[in-house]
Amino acid sequence: MTIVEQTEAGSEAGAGGLAATAVVADPAAKKASGLAATIQHGRYIVAENPVTGLAFGLFVLIVLAALVGPYVVPYDPLASDTVAALKPPSLHHWFGTDQLGRDIFSRVVVATRLDFIIAVASVALVFLMGGLAGIAAGFFGGWTDRIVGRIADTIMAFPLFVLAMGIVAALGNTVQNIIIATAIVNFPLYARVARAEANVRREAGFVQAARLSGNGDVRLLLTQILPNIIPIMVVQMSLTMGYAILNAAGLSFIGLGVRPPSPEWGIMVAEGSTFMVSGEWWIAFFPGLALMIAVFCFNLLGDGLRDIVDPQRRT
Amino acid sequence: MINLVLKRLALAIPSLIGVVIITFLLTRALPGDPAAYFAGPAATAEAVQQVRVKLGLDKPLIVQFARYVVDLAHGNLGNSLTSGQPVVADIKSRLPASAELTLVGLILSVLIAVPLGILAATRPGSFVDHLCRIVTTAGVSLPVFFTGLILVYVFYYLLGWAPAPLGRLDIFFTPPPQITGFYLIDSLIAGKMDLFRAALAQLVLPALTLGIFSLAPIARMTRASMLAVLSSEFVRTARASGLTPFTVIVTYAFRNAMLPVVTTLGMVFSFLLGANVLVEKVFAWPGIGSYAVEALIASDFAPVQGFVLTMAVLYVAINLLIDILYGVIDPRMRVEA
Amino acid sequence: MTAIPLLEVRDLTVEFSTRRGAVRAIQHVDITLAKGETLAIVGESGSGKSVTSYAVMRILDRAGRIADGSIRFTGIEVQSAPESAMRDLRGREMSMIFQNPRAALNPIRKIGHQIEDVLVQHVQASRSEAAEKAIEVLDQVRIARPRERYHAYPFELSGGMCQRVVIALALACRPQLLIADEPTTGLDVTTQKAVMDLIIELTRARDMSTILITHDLGLAATYCDRVVVMEKGRVVETATAAAVFKQPAHPYTRKLMRSTPRPGVTLRQLLPDDAAVPRASTPDASAPKAVSKDPLLVVEKLVKEYPRQGLQTSLAKLFGPKPAPETATFRAVDGISFSIDRGESVGLVGESGCGKSTTSMMLMRLIDKTSGNILFDGVDIGEIPARRFATLPLRKRIQMVFQDPTDSLNPRFTAARAIADPILRLGKIRRSLLRARCEELAQQVGLPVELLDRFPHQLSGGQKARVGIARAIALKPDLIVLDEPTAALDVSVQAVVLNLLQDLKESLGMSYLFVSHDLNVVRLLCDRVIVMRAGQIVEQGPTNDVLFAPSADYTRELLSAIPHPPV
Repeated sequence: MTIVEQTEAGSEAGAGGLAATAVVADPAAKKASGLAATIQHGRYIVAENPVTGLAFGLFVLIVLAALVGPYVVPYDPLASDTVAALKPPSLHHWFGTDQLGRDIFSRVVVATRLDFIIAVASVALVFLMGGLAGIAAGFFGGWTDRIVGRIADTIMAFPLFVLAMGIVAALGNTVQNIIIATAIVNFPLYARVARAEANVRREAGFVQAARLSGNGDVRLLLTQILPNIIPIMVVQMSLTMGYAILNAAGLSFIGLGVRPPSPEWGIMVAEGSTFMVSGEWWIAFFPGLALMIAVFCFNLLGDGLRDIVDPQRRT
Repeated sequence: MINLVLKRLALAIPSLIGVVIITFLLTRALPGDPAAYFAGPAATAEAVQQVRVKLGLDKPLIVQFARYVVDLAHGNLGNSLTSGQPVVADIKSRLPASAELTLVGLILSVLIAVPLGILAATRPGSFVDHLCRIVTTAGVSLPVFFTGLILVYVFYYLLGWAPAPLGRLDIFFTPPPQITGFYLIDSLIAGKMDLFRAALAQLVLPALTLGIFSLAPIARMTRASMLAVLSSEFVRTARASGLTPFTVIVTYAFRNAMLPVVTTLGMVFSFLLGANVLVEKVFAWPGIGSYAVEALIASDFAPVQGFVLTMAVLYVAINLLIDILYGVIDPRMRVEA
Repeated sequence: MTAIPLLEVRDLTVEFSTRRGAVRAIQHVDITLAKGETLAIVGESGSGKSVTSYAVMRILDRAGRIADGSIRFTGIEVQSAPESAMRDLRGREMSMIFQNPRAALNPIRKIGHQIEDVLVQHVQASRSEAAEKAIEVLDQVRIARPRERYHAYPFELSGGMCQRVVIALALACRPQLLIADEPTTGLDVTTQKAVMDLIIELTRARDMSTILITHDLGLAATYCDRVVVMEKGRVVETATAAAVFKQPAHPYTRKLMRSTPRPGVTLRQLLPDDAAVPRASTPDASAPKAVSKDPLLVVEKLVKEYPRQGLQTSLAKLFGPKPAPETATFRAVDGISFSIDRGESVGLVGESGCGKSTTSMMLMRLIDKTSGNILFDGVDIGEIPARRFATLPLRKRIQMVFQDPTDSLNPRFTAARAIADPILRLGKIRRSLLRARCEELAQQVGLPVELLDRFPHQLSGGQKARVGIARAIALKPDLIVLDEPTAALDVSVQAVVLNLLQDLKESLGMSYLFVSHDLNVVRLLCDRVIVMRAGQIVEQGPTNDVLFAPSADYTRELLSAIPHPPV
């Protein structure tokens, strides 16, 4: 403990020291009910962490783009117009046009949906598979632990992107398989985090106490351990979203998964790469920038969530 | 010490077994008729049947696996349809290109990331600290192929400082006599300075791309680890004993802080070997990454399998080295605790 | 003519900048230390005793600064001295040893080299002589075979030996002042005595001054000439050790003195005279009364074995140069037998590693035994696997109070929910009456009812301890195992909690198994005592017999190791 914590901790007069957790916002605040309380809590957190607030705002923007993007873009993302091909950014075409005359801005916005879906689907899948497997391994130990460990180690023996390539090449070149490949490749990390958390909590005093209170194993898992693990898993999910997008884009860049003419950030960069050397930078630049901003947003969000959930891990 | 090496070796064997099993399953997981894939899109029905028999695809799975393992033991990874060569030969000839690129990229990255992380940790709140934070947060968000393309645009197209991204050497030069396969080293050995400079010029941008990519996780881990160590109790003891800041940071903090960084290197290599593929595509680098990508596009599957297997085996070997290195640095690992 | 004091602290104020603004850790602190004197700074947590010494050594956290006052060391002002000057002083003129000796040493550097670093830094030896000098220093702190140990790493040494190495580091350059910050907290009482004796012997031999920082008034009074008592960042009293013990002047000192468990006082006497009698003093009519004279708990030849690590052993046999270990298993508990009567309070004492915690875990049915019998009210509960026991009705008759109040409370449960948990799982009560029952329990343990809706991080250590106790008595169990329940509490809080436990036991007719390493506490609370060592029972019997006229040598050793302040 640092000196500061030592001086602020443990006075008989009560009210805790520096340890703020996500459990209760402001002890002095009146207890509002349900939605109002959540909003109040959210506002408090954003005020404390402006960077997280920014990331959250970006996140909302991305979700909006994914949801309504296709309906509000100025041009049809698939409509080609060879006359207007390879035009730099202008008032008509904010991000310029590509070699087939398609409006890049529209394509970038519409691509949000596909990339976002891929990311969310992979992360949801790996959360279910890896999270549950990891928690079971950490809590029950024994053979469950050994088997999950073996699977995770075997996957980790591969460079992850290479394995994803192999899986998509083997299973077939479709979007579903990208999602499956990304989920498989992220399994070890998830399982490892979940396992570590479940392990720590399994030995915790309050779990022992709950056993004494008559809680059987399953009840312990559900009521004591899971609620304490969820915040960390959510942080991990946010960080994995970013990686999932990069993974999918990388696979598309080398021709796996999404096929043209579907707008997706990865293949758009691939299509634009040949034009970089001849100076038409905008074709690859804007989808790449969108990629970067999306991943950046998820990483910031994850970091911000982590700071809120576990202040000791602040870096 | 020998115990340590042997123990680590023993632990690496199950990983290798797992790798072999998975790559085998991948070859058999192809939808439809695997034989047709390996025979190629242009094959006739008899050719497909020939391939089927040759690969033993008509036999039970266990027998197939046994044949697969035997083939591997003989270094037989099948043949490439596009090059007509055995995959092993192709990989052997192209591996040095990837290795040179990855190693130079990694060295570059470590040379920048580690000092950056240390400075950021020893001067919290300073300009360096903020720079480090920005670099790490932005760095993990940058798609590696995007970075490569930006670098090409800026340094080749706009500034003209870098040569065209067309591979390891400009077409006017011939490669040096092959000793290590690393152009930088081979040209120095052959005493050809202009060749060395040309190879270096081609290498700069792709290596920089890989370096920037791996900069973020290494700098982040160095900084975090250093921060944790600097606030540890034994550093407090060292300070209370009056040791100079240099001694405290270098002898006491740095070595301890490097332990998690070494562990991180394993993860960094995983990313690097994957990023390699993307960078090779951007810069038309003739390594095994682009070999696999070209094969994928041509629906030529044997090279892809061979590539996955090679990368995995390489990675297992690298992890082994890292484990051993860790054991060398940390005496606690040498004991059967 | 008075000599210049070695250390003179005047009106010292230290501030920390935190997210909530500047916090004053200590204010207007005056301390004087003469050459060759031993001074104790005593206080509970938050008193600022450590901050004071960190300020003297100028090793405050980055967020801390000396806001006001002066510190003079051998007459020189140091509170604003440049860092390079302080570096010269540290280690050579003044040094410090800390709690948790193993963590205080660089884990990947040989201890010999660590001592050399200090010697060479302060030009006490050249690089070539440093090794010999380091070995000499190791010898002075009574480390056996110093030449071999020179090459050891901290993880190869025991806790006591690590502390000796830390002392060696501190004394290597023969400083004039040694500051020891809780050097024995966490160590066994016999190791504690050895370490304290060593410190005092070495410092006296070299005419050094020592500052001992501790929360243990008994320790302070035993080993030190003068005592400074601090409360909430201020010095409240400074006096000789004898005076502080016999005639404490300040009310806070008096309170501390009173609450310190020591021979010759009763539980009630630990509390201030005007303390309200805890409400749990009236017997609870609904509590089970002793119906038979049979013992409540009988333990026969209980054994717990742990296998030594399998893979390591086999690999060691194949590759290691050392021969394989003799036994394949480790006996944490090696065939112990004892019993507990109804309404009785039995103390289980021993040093770390003796097996007392493992024993209590087995009795609680949290882990399974290897062999032996555990008979509870005639039922062999040892045969029931730990996994199954949780949902049986028998579960509610044996409960536990844990050592670490923070760790044993679910951070996401309010106090009320935590107390209600056993009632929900094992008790039969209507939902509507649950809250009333929780409030009733809160009152019984002296927890203000309005705190019931708070979360653990919003409660103090004492309050959390009460929640744990309320939870344990919720189902009116027959037997409660208390595993060092007050070890993590300040001594004044401890006094209150111990009294509470005694009152609850009487009113609810419960039996206690009180596991502790603190013999003074056991003396106050327990009817009978069991002394354990290395998995076996060394001695057991009525408290007065065992603690005043012990028959076993080990018990005598334990008793003599307890600090004896001048009474």
